[in-house]
Amino acid sequence: MVCIPKLRKGKIMRGLKSFLRYHILEPLKILASDKRALVGLSIVIFYVLMVAVGRLFIPLDLTPHREKRYLGPSWEHPLGTDFAGRDILAQIVHGGRDVLPVAFLTGFVTIAIGTAIGITSGYVGGKLDLAITTFIDIFLTIPGFPLLMVVAVWLLQSGIPINIFIIACVLSITAWAGLARSVRAQVLSIREEAFIEAARCLGLSRFHIVFNEILPNVMPYIAINFMLSSVSAIYSYTGLQALGLIPYEPGTWGAMISMAQAYVGTITGAGCWYVLAPSITIIVLQVGLVFLSQGIDKIFNPRLRER
Amino acid sequence: MTTPLIKAEKVSKIFSVGGMFGAKKYIKAVDGVDLEIGENEILALVGESGCGKSTLGRLMLALLKPSSGSVSYYINHEYKDVWSLKGKEFREYRRNAQLIPQDPYSTLNPMKKVISALTPPLLRYKIARNRREAKKMAAELLEIVGLSPPEDFFERFPCRLSGGQLQRIAIARAISVKPKFIVADEAVSMLDASLRIEILNLLLNIRKSLKTAYLFITHDLAIARYFARNERIAIMYLGNIVEMGRTEEIIQNPLHPYTQTLLATVPIPDPKLARKRELPKLRSLEIPSLISPPPGCKFNTRCPYAESICEKKVPELKEVKGRLVACHLF
Repeated sequence: MVCIPKLRKGKIMRGLKSFLRYHILEPLKILASDKRALVGLSIVIFYVLMVAVGRLFIPLDLTPHREKRYLGPSWEHPLGTDFAGRDILAQIVHGGRDVLPVAFLTGFVTIAIGTAIGITSGYVGGKLDLAITTFIDIFLTIPGFPLLMVVAVWLLQSGIPINIFIIACVLSITAWAGLARSVRAQVLSIREEAFIEAARCLGLSRFHIVFNEILPNVMPYIAINFMLSSVSAIYSYTGLQALGLIPYEPGTWGAMISMAQAYVGTITGAGCWYVLAPSITIIVLQVGLVFLSQGIDKIFNPRLRER
Repeated sequence: MTTPLIKAEKVSKIFSVGGMFGAKKYIKAVDGVDLEIGENEILALVGESGCGKSTLGRLMLALLKPSSGSVSYYINHEYKDVWSLKGKEFREYRRNAQLIPQDPYSTLNPMKKVISALTPPLLRYKIARNRREAKKMAAELLEIVGLSPPEDFFERFPCRLSGGQLQRIAIARAISVKPKFIVADEAVSMLDASLRIEILNLLLNIRKSLKTAYLFITHDLAIARYFARNERIAIMYLGNIVEMGRTEEIIQNPLHPYTQTLLATVPIPDPKLARKRELPKLRSLEIPSLISPPPGCKFNTRCPYAESICEKKVPELKEVKGRLVACHLF
């Protein structure tokens, strides 16, 4: 009896060790072998740090200073100032607060819905498959962003409290359909593979076949889609903010673009820093995510790795 | 022959093609086949591609459901239709009937390491109590199939292995659950000629130690002859078994015209003998379409000895000189 806790502890440690090795260390090694992925990872980490820690160092001061309007970059204001003489860098650092969580949450919701529906449709087949594909096709015909605008306005009117999760659900409203369709198509072809037949012949359970045989084969695709739907979520989210369809606090990236458009209008002349800063911020983040997705693909797909 | 381990009775499989637009067509891939395989016995099933031999193999493994007829397995002292087996009995059947597939490159999940192909069946049937033991057993299995040191293979992905290595792993996986019956579906046809004998000998050694029975599917009579020496061979043509009997007897003295033509295609190394050999003169080289097979004997359009009865009546398998032949000539 005495040695049982000891044994347990050893087991947990072993489990932890193998988890670290297979799920943290190995993927990192693979990422490190790809320069582009490494660049992407650095960019994403930089953004996460900026959003999470950066605002502790750079205070946000939104009081107008008339005398400092439309200043260019200087030591005091590395990215210049806006129409009211406020520091742009501080706004950028603070403005990403919601963007990253919304982006990743949207990516997660999208792949969760898309994968679940796609695999069900492809693996179960038959009439259910027909029903689901019809449903998906209807969704695919709806233009994404206009629908988002309609839903956003409806949300504003309905009085439902708007939080990050609700926004993520709204943003993934159209994104899941495309993913579900391609996951379904992949499952249909994987289902006929010899290794699935072998698993069936060995009497392995349906659970095992779906989660251990089919899912890993769709995983690279899902991971890429996570990144891509995060990227498009950034677009949609800041777009909705810029259009004023999602309630925002002043000083988010979308609000900055909106203000820049309203007050500056062009990117020439004095206000150009104010327009360019949030735009470039968003573009660089997206490039980072796309680069990272390439490395993620390698992590999930052993065939892509060179040795 | 001892009591058969597994038998097929008048088993047929019809696939439908087309539909939606245009007429639906039916392909009778397997057409009323009777087959019995006893414990530790080898039956080599030979036929050209598309004759339904792989389908028959999958019917025996309950991977496909027969359109008519039945496949029954000897379990708890009686024969039971494999599609009526439930729960524990079905599990036992699944465990005891295994497949070695044709294409080594697709039989292992490309996303999973070798070790994760080998351990799940061991854990599923509680052959190993835990992961550690399963890993140890997997190592032993890889040693048996000639992959050593096994630890070198555990962490590798299928894309880093050669066809021969993959086929060995597929064999290791199939024998990991200690099956009584293995369907080897063209198990060596995708491998280099130099590797074939090795794999065939491996399968024969496994038979010795595990007492397994084989349904050995191949299109190559020479390989069938090697693998099923002193055992039985069955020749299949367009969904029917046309001749079945002891391997040596059939090879030395083929009775069915189709068997004769098949044998005539096996190359003879000695050119003098090869020139002397008389080939049966086929009336047509064209294989009839499976969608609309000719009436009567399906071989009658090509058979050099066809008579009028061959176009009308389907020949039954009957015993001739200690073997089964389906031909009106006998």
